Amino acid sequence: MDIVVLVKQVPDTESLVQIAADGVSIKKDDIKWIMNPYDELAVEEALRIKEAKGGTVAVLSVGPQKAQETIRTALAMGADKGVHVNDPKAEGSDSLAVARILAAALKTIPFNLIIAGQRGVDEDNYQVGAAVAEFLGIPHVSLVVKAEILDGKMRCHCVIEGGTVVVEAPLPALFTTQRGLNDPRYASLPGIMKAKKKPLDVKTLVDLGIDPATVGAARRQVVVKVLRMPPQRKAVRMIAGETPEAVAAELVRVLHNEAKLI
Amino acid sequence: MAQGVIAITEQRDGKLRKVSYEVVSEGRRIADGLSAALTAVVVGSGIDSLAAEIKKFGPDKIVALDDPALADYRTDAYTNSLADVVKSLDPAVIITGASVQGKDLAARLAARLNVGLVMDCTGIALQNGVLTYSRPMFGGKIMADVQVNGSPQIVAVRPNVMSINPSPRESSVEKRAPQMGEVKTVVAEKMMDASSKIELTEADVIVSGGRGTGGNFKAIEELAAALGGAVGASRSAVDEGWRKHSDQVGQTGKVVSPALYIACGISGAIQHLAGMSSSKAIVAINKDPEAPIFSKADYGVVGDIFQILPAVTEAVKKMKA
Repeated sequence: MDIVVLVKQVPDTESLVQIAADGVSIKKDDIKWIMNPYDELAVEEALRIKEAKGGTVAVLSVGPQKAQETIRTALAMGADKGVHVNDPKAEGSDSLAVARILAAALKTIPFNLIIAGQRGVDEDNYQVGAAVAEFLGIPHVSLVVKAEILDGKMRCHCVIEGGTVVVEAPLPALFTTQRGLNDPRYASLPGIMKAKKKPLDVKTLVDLGIDPATVGAARRQVVVKVLRMPPQRKAVRMIAGETPEAVAAELVRVLHNEAKLI
Repeated sequence: MAQGVIAITEQRDGKLRKVSYEVVSEGRRIADGLSAALTAVVVGSGIDSLAAEIKKFGPDKIVALDDPALADYRTDAYTNSLADVVKSLDPAVIITGASVQGKDLAARLAARLNVGLVMDCTGIALQNGVLTYSRPMFGGKIMADVQVNGSPQIVAVRPNVMSINPSPRESSVEKRAPQMGEVKTVVAEKMMDASSKIELTEADVIVSGGRGTGGNFKAIEELAAALGGAVGASRSAVDEGWRKHSDQVGQTGKVVSPALYIACGISGAIQHLAGMSSSKAIVAINKDPEAPIFSKADYGVVGDIFQILPAVTEAVKKMKA
């Protein structure tokens, strides 16, 4: 079983995000960068499948030089090799263009299965996994909490509103991760040492046969006009009272009579 | 030239989901603004009654894709069928819900059609014939106003945000044989929760618990039941194993927009605030007056949730009686 995991480097979810001077991007300097949390689940799941069935795990990422840290993290967790599409002309691409670049790279890597995070917790587009599968002409299943790899097919348990469905698809196929799939391992010290010696191919757009003029910020179909901070709330109104009952009565009165929320 | 608006509705087990009304209502508003026609698409098996129901929200036309093979959502069967409808109608705008199904469908359809997709949109403005979409990014820490080049443009709207506006109309109904093409996926099993639990992303009221519960959610569940709401949890409560992953609200969980969000024993980590800050009103109950949650709340109570919550539940019951 040859598995490719799609990974992305994103700002830590505990970080404050601020708007840059251009008004359409975020300040990148003071941010701690991490592997997208849903991609950690993807790496972990790939390693578990490999441990059970044999094969290889490759990690693939599109991003600037810094994104190599995330690929190295996946290698330290136990992935076998990395592919990094590092090309300044890819910068600012929207989800579809990123998916097209990833699909082109995947044509150079053998795979039976692709695992991706359900979304990047940066732009929250929920789009790349499905689009990569579309461009490769293979089925995909989203939001998987349990994956079984059977003979020639995958059997995926997916969370929907109010329940779970089990979807089967023939391999090669792609699935995206949902929390609950597994608990990702930490990279061990020997793992980190070993990762330094693992192969990491760096590719440019031209290497993948992609015309740089067809991707990047200038070719976005979804164009960010302006970023705004969410509207601020008015100062909190504290509700106090002598007893819990008095506090509760006042809270319910305010929510019912004044705010008309209940 | 591409014109008109398509609203893709969503049904589960033969019943329209609430987001369908939101999608058709918002589709009507956009179509009126563009002086264009609105076509609502219903997809499923044995769905005649759904077309009748969707008429109440004012589409000019309804396209029904009715086939036993479309009973349950499958990405490939639905994408193929809808891509065929889109090709023949050549719309300028496609609107759907950013539900589990809608997000998956919109993503695959956008790639199929090679068009721009605005995911999880919370507001649509129309000026001089140009649509500007607002959407949260970074789990709601930032809002982006975006526009889409090319046509059709696809927008998936966040459930529970767009208003539902009945405007009945004698819509024509076209039953169309779905062009499903090659379908490789199979829904092998479907296991629905036994309880009539309200889905977090659709709930009007959410009562959430965090580390301060110590794992005891009884008082939270009772208050949620009294208010007809859903129970949510912070990441730490889920990481402790106190609640299921599907209950988690936050940047790495569900992003919710209820009318009322009651945060109990939740300190207010940035990633949690990101997931609930678009709630219309927020109540924070916490014993620590310095907890960051109070800076994001509309109403605050400093106190022990195990004393306050049962009293609130009683007061709600008394108010409703």
